[in-house]
Amino acid sequence: MATRTATIDAAPLRTRPTSLWRDAFSRLIRNRLAIVGGIIVLTLLVLAVFGPYLAPYPYDQQNIDQLARHGNLPLGPGVEGHLLGTDALGRDLLSRLFDGARISMTVAFVVQAVVLLIGVPVGALAAWFGGRIDQYLMRITDVVYAFPDLLFIILLSVAFRETFFGQALDGLLLIFVAIGIVGWVGMARLVRGQLLSLKEQEFVEAARAIGVSDFKIVTRHLLPNAIGPMIVAVTLGIPGAILAEATLGFLGIGVQRPRASWGVLINDGSLWMRVSPHMVIFPAIAIALALLSFTFLGDGLRDALDPKLKGKQ
Amino acid sequence: MTLTDDQNRASEEPVVTELPENVSIATEEGRKLAEQLADAAPHAKRLLEVRNLSTQFFTKDGTVHAVDDVSFELDYGETLGLVGESGCGKSVTALSLVRLVPYPPGRIVSGEIIFDGIDVMKLSNEEMRLLRGKKIGFIFQDPLTSLNPTLPIGFQIAESARIHLGVSRKAAADRAVELLSKVGIPRARERLGDYPHQFSGGMRQRVMIAIALACDPMLLLADEPTTALDVTIQAQILELIRSLSEEFGTAVILITHDLGIAAGMCHRVNVMYAGRIVETGKVDDIFEHPQMPYAWGLLGSLPRIDEERGTRLRTIEGMPPDLINPGPECRFSPRCAYVHDKCREVEPELSSRAEPGHRARCWATEPGGWLNGSQ
Amino acid sequence: MLGYIVRRVLWLIPVLFVVSVITFAMMHAAPGGPWARDKKLPANVVAALNHKYGLDDPIPVQYLTWAGNLLRGDLGPSYQYIDRSVNDIVAQGIGVTAQLGIMAFLLSIAVGIPLGVIAALRHNGLPDYSATFVSMLGIATPSFILAELLILVFSVQLHWFPTGGWRTPANWVLPTIALSGFEIAQIARYTRASMLEVTRRDYVRTAQSKGLRERTIVVVHMIRNALIPVVTVLGPLLAFLVTGSFIIETIFNLPGIGRFYVLGIAQRDYGLIMAMTVLYAAAVAVLNLVVDVLYAYIDPRIRYS
Repeated sequence: MATRTATIDAAPLRTRPTSLWRDAFSRLIRNRLAIVGGIIVLTLLVLAVFGPYLAPYPYDQQNIDQLARHGNLPLGPGVEGHLLGTDALGRDLLSRLFDGARISMTVAFVVQAVVLLIGVPVGALAAWFGGRIDQYLMRITDVVYAFPDLLFIILLSVAFRETFFGQALDGLLLIFVAIGIVGWVGMARLVRGQLLSLKEQEFVEAARAIGVSDFKIVTRHLLPNAIGPMIVAVTLGIPGAILAEATLGFLGIGVQRPRASWGVLINDGSLWMRVSPHMVIFPAIAIALALLSFTFLGDGLRDALDPKLKGKQ
Repeated sequence: MTLTDDQNRASEEPVVTELPENVSIATEEGRKLAEQLADAAPHAKRLLEVRNLSTQFFTKDGTVHAVDDVSFELDYGETLGLVGESGCGKSVTALSLVRLVPYPPGRIVSGEIIFDGIDVMKLSNEEMRLLRGKKIGFIFQDPLTSLNPTLPIGFQIAESARIHLGVSRKAAADRAVELLSKVGIPRARERLGDYPHQFSGGMRQRVMIAIALACDPMLLLADEPTTALDVTIQAQILELIRSLSEEFGTAVILITHDLGIAAGMCHRVNVMYAGRIVETGKVDDIFEHPQMPYAWGLLGSLPRIDEERGTRLRTIEGMPPDLINPGPECRFSPRCAYVHDKCREVEPELSSRAEPGHRARCWATEPGGWLNGSQ
Repeated sequence: MLGYIVRRVLWLIPVLFVVSVITFAMMHAAPGGPWARDKKLPANVVAALNHKYGLDDPIPVQYLTWAGNLLRGDLGPSYQYIDRSVNDIVAQGIGVTAQLGIMAFLLSIAVGIPLGVIAALRHNGLPDYSATFVSMLGIATPSFILAELLILVFSVQLHWFPTGGWRTPANWVLPTIALSGFEIAQIARYTRASMLEVTRRDYVRTAQSKGLRERTIVVVHMIRNALIPVVTVLGPLLAFLVTGSFIIETIFNLPGIGRFYVLGIAQRDYGLIMAMTVLYAAAVAVLNLVVDVLYAYIDPRIRYS
């Protein structure tokens, strides 16, 4: 007694089919923290690019005459037209914060570019070729990984500060290299992990059978699938770079003066904390905003691209 | 002939409801006797009476009616099957019985659950907690994820005994050894300190059974206990559950999507579809005289060894039902080969069929229906 | 498991070797040499000093001598303090640094883990939001900023704690909090995420079906599973503690080895810099090893396999 095949009214599909990116984007939009973070990030980027034009004063202009009118102490917020006050040399704090934003953003993105430039090929090579090459590359990454980041960065900065290389771009070139060199390892591991799991899938075999070159398989088929986690890693790696740069500035071995790295501003401010706490508070807020916004954005991206991890309805 | 149970309950006169002393419910004879008693006295005390149970899940897409006005009974020592495809509500029914429906987003919205004379829905959380593990044991589907990987299995088995029976640690450990041996794990005492990952899949499920039976519960809820296991192991585990339930007189509700399993294990079967019970009765009756097209589909779709090779597997056409907006029609009607207009307008009641205790939810097979008399 | 430990210990050797080579190379590649201070010394003095410290030997010889000494526990001379060797400096300050590190670590765990557990258990409730807020603050405030802010509020304005020095236990409070702020935030975040994961696991449902009390389920079943991933994060956090300590020591003027390290960096005391860098790196490597072994120990799936 068989069941006759009956005509079916197919129930209408309940949702429109969407691509991975559109899905992820709509999830991201719903995450309020991530949106706030994103807005702040955009603001920082605008400041970084257009800072010099937006700032009320040049960041290195010392308004000594104004100081003289107020007892030769740093001016407080709102005094003499300085929205956030000045430092001990009469330089407008808001403008210096803008310069700090410029420095932080530049460091953040250039370092991540270095991280991608080194980390992705290393990870991809290790994953694709496997075997001996994988072993050697992974040994190297393990050793670099074992060296404490900050120590290495400090060492490099101290060693090469006085050289031509170290002076280039107000010392920024040295910072890019120092932070980038310790940072690529995480990306290499990530890319390797992603590609290893993708490599086993059948479409790779199929592509090979057709005769697609190894290089094309890696670049056209495998890497694009790993872009999601890579974006998340880059975004979440930026706070570390900003922090490293600020620490270097604080220790006095970062960007050359009179450039206004936020870390330098904190260091300067610490000397005047008793009378002019604003010199510490405002840069601290700036750093906090930068760190938090990238962290929220990165968390939001991660949740948007892999909702399984979150599990919330 | 569509009397409901409520109409059957005419008299309040006291009836013999207990077996004679020398007859154990665990034997074939005892069970038959108990059945006769139960049939003769429909309001005798049963182990479990579920009346109009409804459990819903509140999601942002709408309210999912996972279990919709489900009623059934279970006798002491009886094995009842809850059979149906994925998503029909059988697992949620079992979770509802022990009030373990995850909230949010799910909740039991209405219904009565009387267990051993106790009104479960009226219990406080604390009182409910004391019932779980002690009087009702649960076996879950995937033993790998259902066991705590960081605790030795001896501990996990002894836990229930210590908490519910108040025994000492040593006594609980002895009981754990006893249970492990009973479920067929060799060298039980040595393996008390082992961790779940050191066992194979089948052995892990045996451990789960030992945990569920630790306090000698009256009811065992087995939610697809063999689905995650190899076919060869499945038979062993099912046989283990059957023999243990017979030995200890434990009632079992066996949840499965596999009719073959139900046929081999259960006394009675409830077939569920879209959150409703669509057919219920003794297992033989359902297999020999199924009264609902869905049941025909389920039976027909079983591959049979005596068929010619090359015959296509039969499937039930159509998609699983939408549990968010159930309409007034028969829920199976979109997929039914025998559908008439009446089916699309009004949902049939669960009404009696020829054999005692056999009821089905189908206009076509009711007396006077267009399929009555035919298979 | 024993094999795992042995392999990890053996791995220390190449790591420390590479660390020493890199450190040595960088210091020697830097221009100026150890005597290039503000006042230029006459050439013959420089030559004499170079000879005294063996700096005129060929580079490989220098490295081997230095590395050999390191292995024997001799950290070499300080080019800044002619009357002391690096060993003396380390011996003098290691107690303070170690104490600060241990206190900060214990504080991180004692505050971070309960914070994360409570936040997860009262998910989306007030405790969750406050704990998350606090940990966000922790992440947003680097240790040196936290240190300055703490000094500003509790030292300068409220006069509750001294600004620096290490004489009394009152000195310990602010530096420990400053050093552990970031850790507390990270540990709380990871613990919370891990506990939330654990809440959804099937074995929690099994525990409920056994009729266990909620408190029992949390303490006996959930926490130990939730803490396992958190341990993996402890390694990098310990490294963070080590490298953060010298900044804190500088700000609070604590007589530990970190302050000497920073001074050495400023003065370009290469002998000190090299030796202490290797020392710090070794400390981090050993701590990571301890964490890895601990992780293998507490996860039964690794311990018995």
